[in-house]
Parts: sequence; C-alpha cells; structure tokens
Amino acid sequence: MNKIEIKDIHFYYGDFHALKNISMNVEPNSVVAFIGPSGCGKTTLLRLINRMNDLIPNTRLSGKILVDGNDIYQKGVAIDRLRKNVGMVFQRPNPFPKSIYENIAYGLRVNGIRNEKFIRQRVEKTLQDAALWEEVKDKLKKSAFELSGGQQQRLCIARAMAISPSVLLMDEPASALDPVATAKIEELVRELKKEYTIVIVTHNMQQAARISDKTAYFYLGEMIEYDKTNIIFTNPAKESTQNYITGRFG
Amino acid sequence: MNKKHTTSTKYETKKRFIQRFTFTVIRLFSYSVVGILILILSFIIIKGIGVINWNFLTSAPAEGMTKGGVFPAIIGTLCLIAGSALLSFPVGIMSGIYMNEYAKKGIIVRFIRVMTNNLSGIPSIVFGLFGMVFFVNKLGFGDSILSGSLTLGLLCLPLVIRTTEEALKAIPDSYREGSRALGATKLQTLRKVILPMANPNILTGLILSLGRVSGETAPILFTCAAYFLPHLPQSIFDQCMALPYHLYVISTSGTDLEAQRPIAYGTALVLIIIVLLINLLANILRRHVGKNIRIN
Ligand SMILES: Nc1ncnc2c1ncn2[C@@H]1O[C@H](COP(=O)(O)OP(=O)(O)OP(=O)(O)O)[C@@H](O)[C@H]1O
Ligand SMILES: [Mg+2]
Repeated sequence: MNKIEIKDIHFYYGDFHALKNISMNVEPNSVVAFIGPSGCGKTTLLRLINRMNDLIPNTRLSGKILVDGNDIYQKGVAIDRLRKNVGMVFQRPNPFPKSIYENIAYGLRVNGIRNEKFIRQRVEKTLQDAALWEEVKDKLKKSAFELSGGQQQRLCIARAMAISPSVLLMDEPASALDPVATAKIEELVRELKKEYTIVIVTHNMQQAARISDKTAYFYLGEMIEYDKTNIIFTNPAKESTQNYITGRFG
Repeated sequence: MNKKHTTSTKYETKKRFIQRFTFTVIRLFSYSVVGILILILSFIIIKGIGVINWNFLTSAPAEGMTKGGVFPAIIGTLCLIAGSALLSFPVGIMSGIYMNEYAKKGIIVRFIRVMTNNLSGIPSIVFGLFGMVFFVNKLGFGDSILSGSLTLGLLCLPLVIRTTEEALKAIPDSYREGSRALGATKLQTLRKVILPMANPNILTGLILSLGRVSGETAPILFTCAAYFLPHLPQSIFDQCMALPYHLYVISTSGTDLEAQRPIAYGTALVLIIIVLLINLLANILRRHVGKNIRIN
C-alpha cells in the first residue's frame, strides 16, 4: 500500500491557483524529492500533507490526500494525531527558546507523555539518530540557541522524530547550512529512510539525485513529471524537466 | 578613476559639508531633549530634596497642610495603582492575546483595534467624567478607591492591549508553526512557547502603564481623590488622597500658599521617585525574565 496518496489536488491562496491538478503516490520507506523553480508550489504541497496550510487564512483545497489509506482532510480527523504521525522540518531551523533537552521533550509533553524516564530515553535516542548526540550530550540543559545553525537544524530533525512519526516532511532542510552540515543532513536522510517515509523539498539538483528514490518536478503549480530519480536526471520524458535539471532556466 | 584620491571635487566638499551640518543639527536637537529632562528633574530635586525626610514620608498633612507629610497620599496612590492594575491587566492581556492569536484577521479585529486606538486618544478628564457618572453615581460606588481604580484601569486598558499585541506580534510565526507541527494545540503553543518569549516585553509594557497611571490627576478628581483625609482608607469603598491631586491642591489652594510651596516640591519629588522606581523595576524584571530568551 502507498504511504501517501495525493489525488487531484487543487489549492488556492485566495484567488491565486497555487496547485493545479496534482496526483502522486509515495511508497513507504522511500525518499521523494520535490524540485522546481522558486514559487512553483513545492512548499505549498508539502504543507498540505500535515495540514499546516490550515493555519493560513483564506485558502481553499479540493481533491484528496490519504496517509496510510486515511483521508486526512475528512471531517472529524484529529489534526494533532495526524501531525504526530507526519512530522515536519522547516527551511530555517526554528528551535524553541528552551534547553536542548526540552526542545525534544516538547513534542512528547504536548502529546500527554509525562513519564520522565521515557522522555529521557527518547531525547538520547533521537539525538543519536540525528547524529547530534556526541556534540551536545554534555550540555543538554543549555539553550538551543547556543548551537550552530547546522546543529540547530539537526536538533529540529531530532525534535520531529521524537514523537515517532512515520512520515517526515522536510522543506529545504539544508538551505541555510554550509556544505559540511549539509552532507551530515543528507547522510541522515539516507539513514532515516529505514524507519521513515521522507518527502524533501530541495533546490539542489545534486542533493535530490544523491538522496531520493523518486523525484517530482513542478512548474507554475503543476507537476510536470514524477518518476524514479535516475530517470528524471538521465532521461526525463519532458523537455521542461530536462531544461530545468541541466540549469538552462529556473 | 585615475584622479588622485586626496583631492576632492567641489561636489564632494559640498556633500561632506551638508552631511556634517545635518548631523550636527540632529545631534543638537537630541541633546536638547536630554537637557530639558535634566533641567526639570534637577529643578524638582533641588527644590524638593530639603523637604523630604522620614517624617515627611510617614505622617499626614498637618496645620492646614502647611506642615506634616504626605503619607496618606502615598498610600492612596499605591492603592490606585494596584487597583487599576487588577482591573486592566487581566482584561487587557486577554484581549491582546485574543486579537493577535485567536481572532481571524478580519474586519472585526480591525474594528476593535481602531476602537482601542481611539480609546487611548480620549483625554483623561473625559474618563474622569465617565467614571463619575457611571461608577460613582450609576453603580453607586461613590467617591472611592474602587471608582478611581476602575476609571484609571479603563484609561490604561488600551495601552495594555496594545503592549500585549505588539509583544506577541514580535514573535515570528515560525515558532508557532514549529510547535503546531508537533501536534501542539494553539493554547499549548501559546502557553509554552509564545508567552515565555513575549513575557519580558509584555511585562515591561505593563509596568510602564503603571507609571502612567500613578501620575494621572484628572480621572481621580471626580471619582476618588480626597482634598484632605488625614487617616488611611479602610476599604475600597473609602476615598483616599493621591499624590498628583495633593500636589494640585497644595499648589493652588489652602491657607498659606507660600508656606505650602516647599511641601508641593516635596510631593512632586516623591511622585517622580515613584514613577522612576516603577520604570527601574520594569528594566530589572525585563532583564531578569528575558535572560534565557532570545529571538534569533
Ligand atoms: N501564504 C501565502 N499567501 C498567498 N500566496 C502564497 C502564500 N504562500 C505561497 N504563496 C504563493 O504560492 C506560490 C507557491 O509558493 P510556494 O511557497 O509553495 O513555492 P515554493 O515552490 O516552495 O518556492 P520556493 O522554492 O521559493 O520555496 C507562490 O507563487 C507564492 O507566491
Ligand atoms: Mg518553499
């Protein structure tokens, strides 16, 4: 069964038709990359998968999105439970003004977990999974703001993983980072695939080629092409895709 | 490009002169603001400091207000500050939170915002009139600390609302989204992420609004302040003396204006000290509460 099914999506910001007739499936334990020029709707589509666009007033959606076979826009869906299952990492690291420990504990606490021993285990486990443990294990009580940008972003990834989602949505998670930190995040994504289904937005063609199984190319709110990553990058069906990945525009 | 860097053209000389001239003017103006402030402060301090002693601070006015101290007025002012805070803080903070975090950004919020802005533009004496008609007479609270506090509370309500709103608005949405994306509700997000970040600014605004309240004369003129009341108020339904009104009274009426003059300066100084202390407290609290919180 597909992990995520997107069916005939149209999305509007007010009168602006931001996504046009998009359908795609994401298989479990795979990495899907969204590529395309700025403003083509990658973030918009990503944010539909955990209903973050609900927070933006004056928007309209038609079509369906299923996660694990369940329509997430059905009436009566528990949005907090959906977001617990579909985690998100944002473009700019946004740790809370709390300690490193509390940043990760936060997601557990707001979901009703009180058991401090369990929380401590999750903090350690997710920091290890996010390849950050060695760097912060002696300063868990220190403010998260004392970390570098790259460390903050890995903290945010750990924070997203702490509540045990099965899907991770990442919106250009490495765009604010230097090459070394970026390499760490990429390695992490390849590693995380074993446990999570990952949808990642990126502007970096090499990055998409390196880490994803499938790639979707968007242009002006439409999905032009969606296929295995090696096909998209070696033998795309559409000329527009070819032009974009070879850098002839965009 | 092959011109020497050491020689200036006519235009460059002129440009530099205009630059220097403009900034000199700007600097002089801003220094003069400080100068005026220092002038007023030192005037009051020089005139008033001789009057202030322990007795002045702890005893009631005596001998037709030509002797004695301002103790009841200090207590009265403190009561009014506390009373107005008790009213305006909860209501104002809640409204500010509602407007920024909950209400849909639409015509209603805009309307409320315009109304609060208008409210803050109403002269304080009009608040006094309203307080007298509504709290004193209509609700029957009489001339009392209660009526005075309610009137003062209304007066600083717009300020409290605005302060809260501004403090919340300063927190980037990325923190709200980060929290909501983890399954937190709006209220959890507010309590655990947004308010801790906004608190230092809210707190500062609140305390500064107290400074404003402590100096107001007009609103308590009709609703609370007593001309002369040697004993302390016993309940919120009693009248009380207050420093700003007392200052007005001993400066303009009484048995012996000449003899009262030093007491007037002393009263003014006490009032200024209270306001400065409040502002100082705001700064200390701000630094203390905001110690671990930085928005990056
Ligand atoms: N909150 C919003 N209100 C109105 N229009 C929006 C909003 N967010 C995005 N848009 C518009 O929707 C379109 C798609 O935006 P989106 O952020 O999804 O693009 P993107 O592909 O993620 O671009 P980038 O690569 O620059 O991040 C853009 O034209 C943008 O102007
Ligand atoms: Mg984007």
